[in-house]
Order: sequence, then C-alpha cells, then structure tokens
Amino acid sequence: MEATAEQLLWMYEKMVEIREYEETMAKVYLEAKLPPKVQKGLAFDIGAGPVPGEMHLAAGQEPVAVGVCAHLRRDDTVVGAHRPHHFAIAKDVDLNAMTAEMYGKATGLGRGKGGHMHLFDPAVKFSCSGIVGAGAPQACGAALAAKKLGTDAVAIAFFGEGAANQGAFHEALNLAALWKLPVVFVVEDNKYGISVEKSASTAIASNADRAVAYGMPGVLVEKNDAVAVFEAAGVAVARARRGEGPTLIEVKTDRYFGHFQGDPETYRPKGEAKELRQHDPIPALGALLRSRDLLDDEADAALRARVSARVQAAYDFGRNSPYPEPQDALLHVFAE
Amino acid sequence: MSTTTTTRRLTMAQAISEATAQEMERDPRVFVMGEDVGKYGGIFSATTGLLDKFGPERVMDTPISETGFMGAALGAAAEGLRPISELMFVDFFGVCFDQIYNHIAKNHYMSGGACKYPLVITTGIGGGYNDAAQHSQCLYSIFAHVPGLKVVVPSNAYDAKGLMTSAIRDDNPVVFLYHKGIMGLSWMSYFEGSTNEVPEEQYTIPFGQARVVREGSDVTIVTLSQMVQKSVLAADKLAEEGISAEVLDLRTLVPLDRAAVLKSVKRTGRLLVADEDYLSYGLSGEIAALVAENIDTVRLKAPVRRLAVPDVPIPFSRPLENFAIPQVENIVASVRGLMTFKLDQ
Ligand SMILES: Cc1ncc(C[n+]2csc(CCOP(=O)(O)OP(=O)(O)O)c2C)c(N)n1
Repeated sequence: MEATAEQLLWMYEKMVEIREYEETMAKVYLEAKLPPKVQKGLAFDIGAGPVPGEMHLAAGQEPVAVGVCAHLRRDDTVVGAHRPHHFAIAKDVDLNAMTAEMYGKATGLGRGKGGHMHLFDPAVKFSCSGIVGAGAPQACGAALAAKKLGTDAVAIAFFGEGAANQGAFHEALNLAALWKLPVVFVVEDNKYGISVEKSASTAIASNADRAVAYGMPGVLVEKNDAVAVFEAAGVAVARARRGEGPTLIEVKTDRYFGHFQGDPETYRPKGEAKELRQHDPIPALGALLRSRDLLDDEADAALRARVSARVQAAYDFGRNSPYPEPQDALLHVFAE
Repeated sequence: MSTTTTTRRLTMAQAISEATAQEMERDPRVFVMGEDVGKYGGIFSATTGLLDKFGPERVMDTPISETGFMGAALGAAAEGLRPISELMFVDFFGVCFDQIYNHIAKNHYMSGGACKYPLVITTGIGGGYNDAAQHSQCLYSIFAHVPGLKVVVPSNAYDAKGLMTSAIRDDNPVVFLYHKGIMGLSWMSYFEGSTNEVPEEQYTIPFGQARVVREGSDVTIVTLSQMVQKSVLAADKLAEEGISAEVLDLRTLVPLDRAAVLKSVKRTGRLLVADEDYLSYGLSGEIAALVAENIDTVRLKAPVRRLAVPDVPIPFSRPLENFAIPQVENIVASVRGLMTFKLDQ
C-alpha cells in the first residue's frame, strides 16, 4: 500500500510536531528543577518546576506513531504506554488539553488528575498507562467492542520491546488471535527497557517471531522509517478492518533522550544518542518529499511555522491555565 | 570486651545496599534480582554498587516480567536459596500479586510448615513528587492484610540497615517497603531525618519493635516511613505551642508492636495515626481498633484521630497531591484539634 502525497505530508508534519513538542518539553521540564534548591547536593528535584513528576520523551520514535496512525480514523482506538506523546499527537489528541494536563492544570485532559503518563481523550479514543504491558489486553477489549457493535473500527496497542515480556502481552495476543479481533499490536524496539538492553531481556531477536506462537502474522520493520512503518501498518490495519484478525508488528526505532528526563544513562555507550541522531527519520522523510516535488524550502518553512505556532500555543495554554482547587482531589473517584 | 564501632552518615538507599552487600558476603545463597538492579543500581539506588561487587550471577537484571521473577524467587527459596526480589514500585504488584499473596505468603502454611521460603521483596512506595496514581501509592496495608508476609517499612538509614539484615536472615517471606522520598536520592527533595549515622558493622533490628522517635506526654502520633519525618517536624511546631507530642515509629507492620502503641497511648491519653496509605480498611483503622479493643485499660482524653489519604487515588497536579497526602500542617492541625477536645466525663 503506497502512501499518497497527502499521507506523506501529514506524516512529515506530525513528526515535526512531535519532535518540536518533545524538544520543548525537555526544556520546560527542567525549569526550576536545577540548580539545587531543596537539599545540598541535590542534582535535580523531580517534583519541582512547572511540569513535575516523571517525564518519558519519545523523540526519535516518531515514525512508529505516524506510520500507524496515518491509517486510523477518529473512531479507532489507540492505547499507548508510559511514553505516550508521539502516539497522542499522531492520534490528534487535543494538544492544548494534553499539555495543560502535564502542567497539572484544571484545563487538562484529566483536570490535573492524570499527568504525563495517564492521558485520556475519549473524543479520539486515546488512552495510555504507566503500567508496562497493561495496554495490550485493553486494546483487545476495544477491538472486541467494535466487533460486538458491528463497526469496522480497529484498535492499536503500542508498547515497548520491554513490555513484550509481560504476561499481559502474551495473554492479549492469544485472546486477539482466538477471537479474531481487529487489533494491531505494535512493539517499539528502542533497544532498552530503562537500562536493560533487549538482548538481556528477550530470548529472541525479534518480537515479530512471537506471532507464530499465537497464529497471527508477525512483521518486523527493520528501519526507523515512517514509510516502512506506514506500509506494514497499512496491511495490518486493512486486515483488521476486514475482520481477518490481529497482527503483531515490531519496529526497530531509536530513543534519543534517556529513559526519563534526568536519567544518568550510565547503561548507554557514550555518544550513542548523538550517533542515533545522525539517522534522524524526519530529514529523511523531508528528503523523500523533496525528491518527489512535494516539498520545497518555502513549504517546509511554512509547515514548521505552523507547527511551532501550534506547539507554542499548547505550552502557553498549559502554563497560563489555572490550577484546580486542592479539594478537587476528592472529585471523580466515582462517576456521578 | 570492647568493640569499636565506626559509623558514617548514610542515606537510606546506601544503608539498604550495604546491608544487602554484607549479607551477600556472609551467605552465598543470597542473591538479588529485579528490573534495573544491575548497572543502574536500582531506580531508587537500593542496589547501587552490588553488580560491581558480586557480578551478574548474583545481581540479576530481569525482564519486565514481575509474575515471572516473583514466582522464580519463590521457587529458588524453596530450594534453599535466599532471593531478594525487587519490585520497582509497589504500584506494580498488581501484575504479580498472585505469586505473592497466593503462593509466597501461603505455601509455608499450606505445607503444614514443611516448606520454607526465605525471600525478601523490596519495593519503593510513596508520593510527594507528582508521579500520579500508578506510581505514588504506599499499599503496605494490602501486604499486611495477607497472612504469611512480614512487612517492614523503615523510616531512616540506621533502621533500614538493621531491618534489611533481619529481613534477609528471616526464614519467612518479608516485604520491605522503602519510601522514595527518604532514600536520599539526588533527584528528589526529601526529609533530612532519614539520613543518619550507621555503623559499618553488621547488626540486626528485630521485627515487631516500634521505636519512640521523640518522647512526649500530651499526644501519641503513631506513624511510619516518611510520615515519621513529617511527624517530627510537626512535633517541633507543636512544642512551640506548648504541646508535647510523642512520635512512635512502628517500623514493622507484621509483626506489629501493639504493646508499644498501647503503652504510649495509656500515658498520653490521645492518639493520632498519621499514615500515607489510604484511609479506609488500612493501618490507621488497625491502630484505632487496637485502642478501642483495649479501651478498658486506655483512658482516652479525646477521640482517636486518623490522618491518611482520603480514599482517592493520588492525583498528579501539585495542589491536588498536596491536598491528598497528609502534610506536616495537617498533622499539626489534627493534634491541635485533639488537644482542644473536651470529653464529657
Ligand atoms: C508493570 C510495570 N513494571 C515496571 C515498570 C517500570 N518501567 C516503566 S517503563 C519501563 C521500561 C519499559 O521498557 P519498554 O517497554 O521497552 O518501553 P520504552 O521505555 O523503551 O519505551 C519499566 C521497567 C512499570 N511502569 N510497570
């Protein structure tokens, strides 16, 4: 399935947006966390600053999100993981409300209750979880619902190669295959689960091979490339929509930042992240667009200005929104 | 006989890894496994330095497979090894609780005492740094609720070392819960009181012995973990107002030092339980019930008060989280309330 010009441009613009979003977050997140303030010798106060708590950024992993989401509709479900921004942006989650959530503001997706790892936007059927592996069975549930309700919606579960060692992953694959659910499992192999290399956590080289055990197609995308992901995902999503069941896709991708912001990255060979950036998938897609006369300097500049305006507006919105009232902590334990 | 004791100031994280290292040296059956316990030294530094000392055979990074490695800890313990199995955040116990509460906790009992499972589960607890509902819970009451698990919740480095040594030597499964906010991590603000003088030599602290952290005569604050540090700060403030608060650190929930609680409350006549776990069906209810059950011997001057997370998940946003998790000011206010109370005689 070949990407149309429109789809290629969409993926490019979304990747630029995700990257700008993440690079901006990397800066905003550090505000007031440095220099040492609370305690002598404190290098970094994770609870300080406008965006507190853990922060997992996905710069480098954009192709996975856009290559899959290019095939999705609003009524398709995406369940992301603890590193959720690229999926959320590619699924068109409300950018302002998403950002406000990370600032802990009343205007956030979860009114400040959830934060960065727990983003919920029912309007575009997006959710995620801080519990590794938890999303896979949940995507099965969404797919089961589509089947029961007689729609042709599909569900995507995104997670890392580390998560593929969880029981939940294996149970979900069996369920999906058994019930022929319209679901696509997408594993991002960024080589590490926090500090543990894939070779030290997973007995086989590619999770795509595991599909055999459950009787579904397994596809390995060996390049961190939006078009390659698009092609693999296109086949899988179409198959799911036709009611032919699930697919497991693994994509080799790259994480440019540490596992979380503030990660000392002692496990990573020096300069690895810098080296990875030499193979940045965004300029690569830009070059492809140019070679097909779909992009020139002027259009690129216009696109980048558009994206910057959107991202900046989201951060402004988040920063300038009011905090919830403290006692709002008591609300929303149960549905009214 | 004179013994020389060298002490240094250690963080709680350093104390835990030192206790572990010394036990690993003493007993070749002890080994550590868990996520990121190797090169990373544990996300909360509870295993820092162990990989260099003992190598990857005894300090094993695991896949993200908690059911797998918790069950493996049980299996290895049954064969006479003494695993220390780290569950990075207590919040993740949900994915492996069957291994813990149906097997690790119960197999000794169900074997009629024939089988032993000497293992330690270590795990990080607590909030206060805006990590939201899936990464900020305490949950120790859930473990304490299940018979067969000993439950240890240290509040400072000295106790952590002695309790960890006891935990490793215990022939029972022990759940050892450390609050991230008192580990002395360089990336988290914390309460100074948890870093203290720790002897280099090995020592043990027996389970089931609460510690009077601060003596007082007007009110007893029963607490544990990071709440100990908050309660001491509250007691300082209260002292300025002429209120003398006793702070009792439970140190272990199973076994629970009931006698120490009763002894203190008998003396002060007032009880506040300060807890960072959820309010209902938990530690604070247990302590309150203990006093109620002994009301024939305890003369209360005011009703029992409980301060805990008000049965809401821990919210992300700073003002919300501050509201949900009891703070020093809340402890002060609760004690003030207790002091002004007039019980009809
Ligand atoms: C059940 C559970 N276990 C452990 C963790 C801690 N944890 C958070 S992210 C992570 C690594 C995940 O690796 P991977 O799935 O490869 O995703 P990546 O971070 O590389 O995107 C771990 C171990 C968790 N959040 N949930």
